Amino acid sequence: MKLFEYRGKELFKKYDISVPKGGLVENKKDLSKYTYPLILKAQVPIGGRGKAGGIKSADNINEAKENLNKIMGMDLRGYKVGKVLGEEKADIKEELYLSISLDRTRRMPLIMASSEGGMDIESVPDNKIYKEWINPLIGLQPFNIRSIVRKLRLEKDESKQVSKVLYKVYRLFRDYDCELVEINPLVITADKNAMAIDSKVIINDDSLFRHKDIIPEDVELTPLEKDAKDKGISFVQLGGDIGVIANGAGLTMATLDALNHFKGEGGVFLDLGGTDDPEKVKQAFGLMKKAKPKVIFLNLFGGITKCDTVAKGVKAVITKEGIDCPVITRIKGMNEEKAKDILKDAGLITATTLQDAAQQSSDLAEGK
Amino acid sequence: MSIFVDEKNKVIVQGATGHQGVFHIGEMLNFGTDVVAGVTPGKGGEKVKNTPIFDTVQEGVDKTNANTSLVLVPARFAKDAVFEALDAGIKTVVVITENIPFHDAMEFVHYAKYKDAVLIGPNCPGIASPGKTKIGILPGSIFKKGNIGVASRSGTLTYEIVNSLKEKGIGQSTCVGLGGDPIIGTTFIDSLEAFEQDKDTKAVVLVGEIGGTAEEDAAEYITEYISKPVFAFIAGRTAPSGKRMGHAGAIIARGKGTAASKIKAFEKADVKLAKFPTDVADLVEEYV
Repeated sequence: MKLFEYRGKELFKKYDISVPKGGLVENKKDLSKYTYPLILKAQVPIGGRGKAGGIKSADNINEAKENLNKIMGMDLRGYKVGKVLGEEKADIKEELYLSISLDRTRRMPLIMASSEGGMDIESVPDNKIYKEWINPLIGLQPFNIRSIVRKLRLEKDESKQVSKVLYKVYRLFRDYDCELVEINPLVITADKNAMAIDSKVIINDDSLFRHKDIIPEDVELTPLEKDAKDKGISFVQLGGDIGVIANGAGLTMATLDALNHFKGEGGVFLDLGGTDDPEKVKQAFGLMKKAKPKVIFLNLFGGITKCDTVAKGVKAVITKEGIDCPVITRIKGMNEEKAKDILKDAGLITATTLQDAAQQSSDLAEGK
Repeated sequence: MSIFVDEKNKVIVQGATGHQGVFHIGEMLNFGTDVVAGVTPGKGGEKVKNTPIFDTVQEGVDKTNANTSLVLVPARFAKDAVFEALDAGIKTVVVITENIPFHDAMEFVHYAKYKDAVLIGPNCPGIASPGKTKIGILPGSIFKKGNIGVASRSGTLTYEIVNSLKEKGIGQSTCVGLGGDPIIGTTFIDSLEAFEQDKDTKAVVLVGEIGGTAEEDAAEYITEYISKPVFAFIAGRTAPSGKRMGHAGAIIARGKGTAASKIKAFEKADVKLAKFPTDVADLVEEYV
């Protein structure tokens, strides 16, 4: 779950990491609480907000009000701005980069730091990014901090400040089961304070059960995706017009790829998982209908979950709720013949191979 | 032979008395797995399919000489369960549980290394060496004893591929489900290393997907160390960036983890790639 910048900064404050003075602003009264210049920042889950016009600085309250009117409600690459953060401008001496993420290969937290803060870290050359891996069983040790912070070649006081921030960020990363904590830039102010100007915090969804203080609000999901998540169904909306339902994430992805081979485009990824629970099948088709695909492609492999029991569930939903687009099915595995009969009986098209089904779905979606 | 597991594995099931536990103990026994014990705290003394249930793993190990654990407990108890198994001296741990916080997985993966144990998963279907043992929830009906090694990040997709191998009469030495999470214990490289040494494995099939760099790392390893033919399928060629495609680990993040990059790496390593999952068996058939 990716947090908005302001929520990430609330966590920073909890860990005593300095952030600029500020808060969410909605009206003139909010804007009058601060010392100017004041920077207004659109709260959207994407990078490059500044370039897109989502960050503006004002020297006085009237200018700030104008800026607020411009930013609130604006569309930033598909995200409508509903929240704006106002912050007093910091007196910046130096801009650094600091993050802790998950290294999948080494299976360890990875600290990255750079003196080239303030820009997209992907555009910073590798030799200017310093890395330190932390054994999760031992945790962050002082030698880890020394070994990475010295590479930033800061003055003594500044090093001390940055070291403290790193220690706090690591605690936050571990305490809150983070996938990423990124501060870009982490600045050294004119009065030699280390301060987080931006925040990017992603908390591992699977850990939310032990972080009751974090209000779940996934800012990157579409309304239908949120609905699916609440129901515990793995559902992703895509650009095309064919809805794919399959069991297993890998099989669902492979089905979308197969469509692409026949010039078809997936509009929905829906992984039914290992379930044959009729209620789940019903919810899945309900979600799929709301996504309004031109064609539904149902691709099942039955192993432990038998083909015919899933087919029965599908038939029940379709007979009862109706469906207003063609459904192509491809069933393989345990009891597939029985399943095919059930699906045919429900008026669905049964294909023999994956390729055949993908071809038929693509053609139908194209109106052939 | 086979890799990682064979008829010598004596299995204790953690989370044995739930619906999943009872069902899969039965399925494993049918397959011929030596399931010797189950563990559910508070249910010691009961029996599931004639298998004794203990309150702790240590007790189960002491009484039955179990050396392998299958973890089926809910996600929030999984870390505790894996630590308990490792501390009781278990040397092979298969973690089926899905949705385990990855900080927990990071800890138990490192602890398994420290204890010199093999850890497979989490979020995996398990492992099967046909004719010998099956530890996990893979459907027993799809396998046939033979000499193709399979390692995969996906569940159903693997069943599909293994099933199509069987339909062509091609059997498997071992099929290992590595898991769909970003943090997993046993990797493609670990599996390749073991398959290379296994006399009964003649060729290897890898089933990969978007996210991370496990396939790219495997490709480099293949070029350097693997003499046996390797076949592969990669899922997610059309997956968009930044979206988690069902598996926690299946996400293209910051430009890393695309199918294109994995396919390129495999092509460079002379791995034969299938376009559709069902084509894998055709490619392997040409070779055998």
